[in-house]
Amino acid sequence: MNTQQKLEILADAAKYDASCASSGATRAGNGKGVGHTDGTGICHSYTPDGRCVSLLKILLTNFCTYDCVFCVNRASSDIRRARFTVEEVVSLTLDFYKRNYIEGLFLSSGIIQSPDYTMEQLIQVARSLRLTHHFGGYIHVKAIPGCSGSLIETAGLYADRLSANIELPTQQDLVQLAPEKRSVVIETTMHQIHSRKTEMDEDRRRIRSTPKFAPAGQSTQMVVGATDTTDHEIIHRAASLYSSYRLRRIYYTGFSPYPQADRRLPLAATPLVREHRLYQADWLLRYYGFQAGEITTPDAPDLDLSVDPKTLWARRHPEAFPIDVNAAPRETLLRVPGLGYRNVDRILAIRRYHRLTLEDLRRLRVSVKSISPWIVTADYLPHPSLPPQQPPLQQLSLNLEADPGTISSTLDGQL
Amino acid sequence: MIAPAVTSILIEPRTPEDSGFDLWRNFARNLLLSGTLPDLVDFHDAHDAPSPSLGLLPPNPPAPQIRPHSSKLPHVPKSFLDDAFFAAHHRSPHRWNLLYRLLWKLQRDKNLLHIEVDPWVSEFRSLSRQVRHDLHKMHAFVRFRKVQDRKGEHFIAWHKPAHRILALATPFFAERFAVMRWTILTPDNSVSWNPATRSATFGPGADRSQAPAEDELEHLWQTYYSSIFNPARLNPSVMRSHMPVKYWSTLPEIDLLPSLITRANSRVASMVFTQQATPSAQPFVPTNATLTMLQQALSACQGCSLFHYATQAVTGRGPSTAALMLVGEQPGDKEDLAGEPFVGPAGELLRRACRELDIAPDALYMTNAVKHFKFVQRGKLRIHKNPAQSEVNACRPWLEAEIQALKPKVILCMGATSAKALLGGTFALMRDHGHPVSTRYCDETIATVHPSAILRTGDKAKAQDLYGMMKADLAMAWSRSRRPHVMDVKSESRLSRSSP
Repeated sequence: MNTQQKLEILADAAKYDASCASSGATRAGNGKGVGHTDGTGICHSYTPDGRCVSLLKILLTNFCTYDCVFCVNRASSDIRRARFTVEEVVSLTLDFYKRNYIEGLFLSSGIIQSPDYTMEQLIQVARSLRLTHHFGGYIHVKAIPGCSGSLIETAGLYADRLSANIELPTQQDLVQLAPEKRSVVIETTMHQIHSRKTEMDEDRRRIRSTPKFAPAGQSTQMVVGATDTTDHEIIHRAASLYSSYRLRRIYYTGFSPYPQADRRLPLAATPLVREHRLYQADWLLRYYGFQAGEITTPDAPDLDLSVDPKTLWARRHPEAFPIDVNAAPRETLLRVPGLGYRNVDRILAIRRYHRLTLEDLRRLRVSVKSISPWIVTADYLPHPSLPPQQPPLQQLSLNLEADPGTISSTLDGQL
Repeated sequence: MIAPAVTSILIEPRTPEDSGFDLWRNFARNLLLSGTLPDLVDFHDAHDAPSPSLGLLPPNPPAPQIRPHSSKLPHVPKSFLDDAFFAAHHRSPHRWNLLYRLLWKLQRDKNLLHIEVDPWVSEFRSLSRQVRHDLHKMHAFVRFRKVQDRKGEHFIAWHKPAHRILALATPFFAERFAVMRWTILTPDNSVSWNPATRSATFGPGADRSQAPAEDELEHLWQTYYSSIFNPARLNPSVMRSHMPVKYWSTLPEIDLLPSLITRANSRVASMVFTQQATPSAQPFVPTNATLTMLQQALSACQGCSLFHYATQAVTGRGPSTAALMLVGEQPGDKEDLAGEPFVGPAGELLRRACRELDIAPDALYMTNAVKHFKFVQRGKLRIHKNPAQSEVNACRPWLEAEIQALKPKVILCMGATSAKALLGGTFALMRDHGHPVSTRYCDETIATVHPSAILRTGDKAKAQDLYGMMKADLAMAWSRSRRPHVMDVKSESRLSRSSP
């Protein structure tokens, strides 16, 4: 099997991992080998699925002893198998990098022999790139759950980012679909990464020559839609992972069908919009000061696919609106549907010198149509009947179908 | 009343990499000092303006002497200079006038830059943002092609940036590819890097034909690009918004786009089809059946494609009261013809072991993980072929139904195929053989080598070892199945129920 055939198999097997970020670490050029990272992350191409191609994302091998139902590489699947040698991965990375195709390498692997053996193989690639070839580009190495702590400690010295995939939102999901994996083991690995990083970062504050450990932190990924776990559970799980292991990102991947899948899995892909809503909820947790409990309720445990979670929260809390953009504090402005955190910061800077009008918001590329029911500006007050007396959601959508004319006229009045 | 005359100023950079920002800065400083209103000055670019030598534009006014006392020099916030520097690289011919107008206003309102909604500030910021964006895209979309010449490897790229940003982009490539000899050509100008002296040399613009036409690695890159894409998530509009068409001409992967997009839907459909068509014997297996019923039903099984080729399905054989169940891999040539398990050479070896251990083979229940013979035809010979994992999975309902009906005390898996079918994919035969494991099928599931593996071993001594190993495991399984009754009431009732 030549390199091209291997690449075909092992890139194809890696495509279900959503992460492709190359940001968060800075490394100056070392003058001995190619490569530097300036912290911003660069997408060198985009594939027709709209995803960025930033790293050479491959598996070292897609042989795997585990039999996780949701995974295309599971032991019981008939797919073609291949294994790269360490040298092949290293030269492929360098050759692509020198032509400016990629920012670096994202290396993962099926579990062969044991977690420790597999992790050692991944480390060999990273070590060869860094020490033999003085490669300064970005390296993301998958941490194999259950491998020994000392291997994690070594991997973090060469890799910019480590990630252990949580795979499925709950332990019950794992029991059902990934019998060899346990969330305790995965979380132990996450904990090892987190505590080692904290330790090294502390040391570096005292001794400046302490090497950096996984400077771009750790991330994880969970597949959603393969089981019927609710968004409520997923969001709570995400919030607890963020707080326990200080993850940079959680990637949510909507389950998508793949060849030779197990029949226990759904046949249709999870709608992309569900994934999108989960990311919106995730952003609300991290950048907008929302608590997990505010985003979904036990009565409506799933996110609404037709409305974004922030608007939904606003509709449930009419008492909090309207908000005066010229006076409200930052945390209140962040709650306004249609205002992103960057625009909130712009508004805070501008209003020290100038009272904002609707026209000003338009110039900040805010959608005035969607924001106007929730705010007060220098020249504008929302219609008093809005939004508190807005009909409940479902009724509104029903009416829209029944008679678009009447609704649009009321909406005009509101605006 | 006569309108005051508009002063025309020509910004004429001396070198290909110069944006003209410093020239503008000098003129602007002098104009501010002389109190010239923004409406009374008009900047032009040398490459856009009608040539001054044709006499269409008056020559630049003489630069007034800057007075040395700095208190008179105009001050601006640093953020203005930062953004103005980027905006200077924009292709808009009005940028110099805009910069001067803003500079003028800033002298009167120091806080103006904070008010992003001011029309002038907003336009100013958007010029600088567009240049930064173009710069970021240039870092991303430059594609080098390698050539070998007398001096060794040389990486050459041709790129067409939206603005005149080559000089802005150079430090990035200089740091990243400091040890490589590289050249970037653009229509405006070009730059070459010398790794020995660590210095960049700028030159004139170039057209595309001056860059190499191909690179040996591009087909690998295309392979990667088409493999990493998930056809189930097709979303070309997002792709276009991040990777605007204007940059496509130099990207080798773009050639694949039409076929990737048009084939995506059919690829997804075939994925779903293969998933739906995953073979399984489940529809053919009667529920709560006795062994006899199973044996009768088995002949009709078409759960996977193996039934097309085999002579017949081979059922399990043995008393319904057997406490030890032997599970082999699949029928061989002899078994396929006879319709009975373990009657070929491997079965002969197994029977020999039984005799030596004083076990009556008839007291055992023998069956296979896969019920049909799989082979490749070589002339007159039918050569055994390992069943695919999907075929083992498809046949598992039969095995499960047999276990359910027999309720053996001990199951002995012969060989890796049956061991993996019952003990899971992580089971490693040579490591884990001979250890009783409790599974959902049976309290004691043990695995050992398949007798045919012993027959295939060329090395006599090794074959002897393996035979010893099989015999030991068989002896243990047998003795455990006959252990004087730890067998509780539950097991008793199991046995009686399973009798037909």
